[in-house]
Amino acid sequence: MNIFDKMMRLDRRWIFLFLIIVCVVTYIIPFKVPIHVVPEVRSIYDFIDTLEPGKIVLIAIDYDPNNLAELQPMTFAIVEHCWRRKIKIIFTALSQNGPGMAEQAIRDISDSMKVDKTYNGKFYKGREIKNGIDYTFLGYKPYYGLVILGMGQDFRLPFPTDYYGTPLDSIPMMKGVLNYDQTAGVIDISGGSITDAWINYGQGRFNFPLALGLTGVMTAQYYPYLGSGQIFGIMGGLLGAAEYEKLADNPGRAMGGMRIQLYAHMVIILFIVMGNVGFFMNKRKKKLREKGI
Amino acid sequence: MDLGTFLWTTFAVFLTMATFSFLYKDNPFYKFAEHLVVGVSAGYFVVILWFNGLIPNLFQRLADGDWYLLWLNSSKPWYIIPAILGIMMWARFSKKYAWLSRWPMALYIGISTGLAIPLTMSNQVNKQLYATMVKIDWAHFFGHGSFNLLDTTSGFSQLIIFVGTIASLIYFFFSKAHKGVFGAVAKFGIWTLMIGFGASFGFTVMARISLFINRMQDVKDWGKVAFNYSGNNQNYSVWFPIVFWLFILFVIAYIIYEIGYYLRSRTNKA
Repeated sequence: MNIFDKMMRLDRRWIFLFLIIVCVVTYIIPFKVPIHVVPEVRSIYDFIDTLEPGKIVLIAIDYDPNNLAELQPMTFAIVEHCWRRKIKIIFTALSQNGPGMAEQAIRDISDSMKVDKTYNGKFYKGREIKNGIDYTFLGYKPYYGLVILGMGQDFRLPFPTDYYGTPLDSIPMMKGVLNYDQTAGVIDISGGSITDAWINYGQGRFNFPLALGLTGVMTAQYYPYLGSGQIFGIMGGLLGAAEYEKLADNPGRAMGGMRIQLYAHMVIILFIVMGNVGFFMNKRKKKLREKGI
Repeated sequence: MDLGTFLWTTFAVFLTMATFSFLYKDNPFYKFAEHLVVGVSAGYFVVILWFNGLIPNLFQRLADGDWYLLWLNSSKPWYIIPAILGIMMWARFSKKYAWLSRWPMALYIGISTGLAIPLTMSNQVNKQLYATMVKIDWAHFFGHGSFNLLDTTSGFSQLIIFVGTIASLIYFFFSKAHKGVFGAVAKFGIWTLMIGFGASFGFTVMARISLFINRMQDVKDWGKVAFNYSGNNQNYSVWFPIVFWLFILFVIAYIIYEIGYYLRSRTNKA
């Protein structure tokens, strides 16, 4: 076996080991990498940043624990941005294990909101986040397509009560809130096909402003909806979350992970180049052998 | 954080290690973690469905607060119809009465199809077609204001979308041989597709690395808690570092065992 054969047939476990070492080393050494904010993330930030206090945004937490790594930083950045600006939130969780994700996010961000903070030079006093005043968590209902359509008529159809069993009419924030018309827009943070339902049954049927926060795997697939104007913004994977954190001046796990991403991508590119060099050199060698050179 | 919570956090770190151990080879720890995830997810889903679906949307509407009479004195007695349809679904477990399940299934598929077809056509086909048929903005061909080829609303981007869409569709047109000008356009189509797949691959790599980063961040936080790094844990006890070191010893022992096993199997092969 020559060197080019070895380059092509490298045991994948060596790649994993090398990748782990690079990730751990770049994680241990603290340094910053520049983050370039793309217009599709900026438009989501601008949307939240220009809303008047007291307006309502619907944030759909449509992901399970397997997507937590990428999507929870997005949720943290957006929800904290909303609450710091006193924008009210209706949460839904139409993914099977979504309620747990939403509850965890609400609890942790509520804790963070108790602390005084300064973002982009503006001071925000810490405050208590109250269920029913600052947010309503509607929870989970099966058959997300029908739930999205139902909410377009009246939130009370699919959700007669919130996640904790309180009738929606008894919730102060929900008084006079019938359907999407009373919300400024919807931000769907999703790790699956629920996004299609938000586009088809939600935005397509009721024509509200829709933005998406997606896992990296899904992102490229949903860019055409940005071009067609069906969505006004898109955040792709951990990078999208890092861009939002940068705009909100609220560095979190996403920005912290970007330097690792950079070097991990370099390692993967290196191995792709190695594999290709091995492939083409082997091909050339084979041709030369056939010609008897 | 108290010791009980710390033990659960340690268990989460154990599951992380168990899952990543699959990168080396399949093993009982990985199997345990895999089965636990599937089992917990299923159990959690059933409970969520019961308390968030059946109880508020069916039982409470039927019972009107009176659980003994159920629908008999309900103000919404018609909710008994979906309840019966739901029960009919269970007839699939009987060979003799399996046909009963076709009724709710037919109703469900009929409603879903009726809702899906017009909305999907409108939103995923028509609107996407309109988006490729925009008038090319020649006045802002290289971007609005400054030279920016990444500007998605520039004439250049619009031209790329138009040509790329046509070329990609031509690649999938197999009724004519891909030769001459037609072949060249088809080749441009496959290049367009490859760039699209490349972008997806890049995003996928980012997604996978993100999972690893998240786990590293959690393991680091676990280590910080074990040694009371913040110094403000009032429930901190000597058991925290003991649990931490016991776990690390366990991991090291397993790695040594695996190395020994590998060396033994190599000797046996030789």
